[in-house]
Amino acid sequence: MAAIDTIPPRPFRPSARLLGAIEKVAIPLGALIASAILFSCFLLLLGKSPADFFQLVWRGGFGTSFSFQNTLQRSAPLILTGLAFAIPAQIGLTMIGAEGALVLGGFAAAAIAIPLVSSGMPVALTLLLMAIFAILAGAGWNAIAGWLRHARGVNETISTLLLTYIAIAIMNFFVEGPLRDPASQNKPSTMPIGKDYMVGSIPGTDVHWGLVAGVVLAVLLYFLMARTTFGFAARVTGGNPRAALAQGLPVGKLIVSCSAIAGGAAGLAGFYEVAAIHGQANASLVAGYGFTGILVSFVARHNPLVIVPVAIMFGAIEASGGLIQRRMDMPDATALVLQGIIFVVLLASETLHGRFAIFKPSSEVDRT
Amino acid sequence: MDAQVALPAMAPPAPAAASKRGFGLETVGMTKVFGSLTALDDVSLKVEPGEFHALLGENGAGKSTLVKCIMGFYQPTRGQLLVNGQEAAIRSPHDARANGIGMVYQHFTLVPCLTAAENMVISRADVPGFIDWAKEKKALEAFMERMPFQVPLDEPVSGLSAGEKQKLEILKQLYLDQHFLILDEPTSVLTPGEADEVLGLLHDMARAGDITVLMITHKFREVNAFADRFSVLRRGAYVGGGTVGEVSTEDMSRMMIGETQIRKSAARVAEVKSATQLELAGLFVDDNEGLPAVEAVSLKIQGGEILGIAGVSGNGQSELVEAISGQRPLTDGRIFINGKPFESTRADFDRFKVFGLPEEPLRNAAVRRMSVAENIAFRSFDKPPLASLGWWLKPVAMRDKAAGLIERYRVKTPSPETPIENLSGGNVQRAVLARELSDDVDVLIVANPCFGLDFASVAEIRAQIIDQRNKGAAVLLVSEDLDEILELSDRVAVMSEGRITYVAPIGETDRNTIGSHMAGH
Repeated sequence: MAAIDTIPPRPFRPSARLLGAIEKVAIPLGALIASAILFSCFLLLLGKSPADFFQLVWRGGFGTSFSFQNTLQRSAPLILTGLAFAIPAQIGLTMIGAEGALVLGGFAAAAIAIPLVSSGMPVALTLLLMAIFAILAGAGWNAIAGWLRHARGVNETISTLLLTYIAIAIMNFFVEGPLRDPASQNKPSTMPIGKDYMVGSIPGTDVHWGLVAGVVLAVLLYFLMARTTFGFAARVTGGNPRAALAQGLPVGKLIVSCSAIAGGAAGLAGFYEVAAIHGQANASLVAGYGFTGILVSFVARHNPLVIVPVAIMFGAIEASGGLIQRRMDMPDATALVLQGIIFVVLLASETLHGRFAIFKPSSEVDRT
Repeated sequence: MDAQVALPAMAPPAPAAASKRGFGLETVGMTKVFGSLTALDDVSLKVEPGEFHALLGENGAGKSTLVKCIMGFYQPTRGQLLVNGQEAAIRSPHDARANGIGMVYQHFTLVPCLTAAENMVISRADVPGFIDWAKEKKALEAFMERMPFQVPLDEPVSGLSAGEKQKLEILKQLYLDQHFLILDEPTSVLTPGEADEVLGLLHDMARAGDITVLMITHKFREVNAFADRFSVLRRGAYVGGGTVGEVSTEDMSRMMIGETQIRKSAARVAEVKSATQLELAGLFVDDNEGLPAVEAVSLKIQGGEILGIAGVSGNGQSELVEAISGQRPLTDGRIFINGKPFESTRADFDRFKVFGLPEEPLRNAAVRRMSVAENIAFRSFDKPPLASLGWWLKPVAMRDKAAGLIERYRVKTPSPETPIENLSGGNVQRAVLARELSDDVDVLIVANPCFGLDFASVAEIRAQIIDQRNKGAAVLLVSEDLDEILELSDRVAVMSEGRITYVAPIGETDRNTIGSHMAGH
């Protein structure tokens, strides 16, 4: 307190806000660089060249228009699953169930498509209904975890993880049983929705519309959290539930709503996986997008807008997997090792926020 | 030293312990710098053997830093520590212990489910892998016999009263052969009677030369009654000291506060006309373990009245306040305001103009990482003019409103955008005050509003509370500080073991009566 009066004016003193913003960028960036160095050590141990590796990631992710489109294709679900982690994170919940909501959403879309397609429903209406069912399935599924958290104090991280396994089991049950397309011999799947009913590409590209949906949703959710009373109340609840209760905020409703929004985003990702990529629901839906989304959200520090570029970066790593496999003679899991290292380093770097004096305006150092 | 403690039964008990006496301690030019902040500035302090020395100072004056340097938690930037005139290198709490310096903390460090005997044995530095309890018990009983006061050895600590626990903490230090005791506000969890008893015992042992006591406190009454000498710190520096009895309380407090102007308490308007009435009707509340914490509490508070609830910490007061402010469900009972049922929802908070100043504002009333402006907007963010259409925020309006309140309530902050966690405790509380008291207030729920604040902030916050009472608000004040209750209340209630055991107008009661009810008599 006393320090405020006694600090002499200095020629340039960056505002608290600017310093905070720099810190928010610098720490995850530093963590990414540290992970790259660690991963290089791993490559050197294997006798591979890190320079080759990062060059190939660049080429496989962004090098040609084909590879860039491949990257964008893969980043579309990552944006949505990243949002599925980021929104609960803002209200203080660690929900890792995007994978389950994605699978269930994709399955719901494929399942509802079967009667719609066979009855000859118009394409646009069919896709709309598929998307709505996917969103509702994901939202409802994840809302269970939110409700359990609020009403019964069940740890949401555990419950979302377990719900993910249940979701996958539900899909497997139907895909291998009642809803199995008899023609799918080796890989049990639902009936294909057919070429005519597939979501098309953005004109001039091979990238499906899921990318646009992801970007639009990211912008909408950014404004929802930053500029609406709902987002404000959610941030108060996330920052201090006791203060939120003392302000009479509807903490339970907020928690369930944020959980549902998250599940809906992941469910929408499932819809695009079915309607734009696979054309049917099968085990290919369980591709790990839900879990990579956690990583995306952490790198973006749970900011919906930042999730978009970060998702594209991770999309590039995934897109370059094949190239690395062929050129460097390395297994497919190499990308997973890189992701794992990034995740651990990133979690460790979370503890560094507020630890560096250079990010603190000197006037705010206080005697406590 | 450890060997003596480990095998007390083998050495002839009495002489071994009796040879240990309270010893003197001195800091010379002790300085501790944290980054750009000098928390401790060239402090030289001398405590004579067998003395009861009081260390006075406001919050943030550097008392804890000094003690932490003596205990080896911090390494001083400059300066020396002399034990019995010899320079002592204390690099860790372990070294302090080896030098016979022990500390009793503000809050208990006992394991509740273990007995007193078990607590003492496990606190030793050299607990053996296999404990021969029969032998230890014998040694402990012999030790207890030599002590001027006793606690039951075989009862779980959870069954002891606060006073007994504090005595056990002191006995534990003596058992560990520590003869220089540092006590950090040791009476804050005790009733006035228990406090006097414990301090009296310490005083007598120091007088006999068995121990030396250095006690951190801000209660002048305790200093005058029990201490031999005192020292005062202000803003990290030694500003004075002397012999108790030779210096008046006014001079002591002037040393602590310095030149800061303290706002005079707002005058209490004698008869306030107000139609407001807060009624708590048979409230029952459970604690975190599901055990009843508040039982059948019924109280009526009129507008223009402050009802102070006194009680030793942990007798259900926090649960009561949490239940009224919506942080904890009521298991039974109703709350009525002006005869109409009240629920702890946002709509009712607004409808009945209910506001609150909770204890520890950063824990109960603010979000650390959100800005001062956002924190000030908690009550109004969803209403015009801060929101249009009921859902779209207007950050500029929010900032403007905050800027006005920051100025009016003199919140010291670099900008409205600064995260509130960067403010000092007094300024956080002032920001909360600005939020809660700037509109019309009919009902005000206050809990330990001044805990941990400097004198200037305390005086200002108390004046604001009186002000609201004078304007006709019904004020429920829960405080563990009896002086605060006596200063502010129109009526006093005492809460003990979850029940209201005593209610009286302030003019018809006194400190001792309240104290004995706090102790459960």
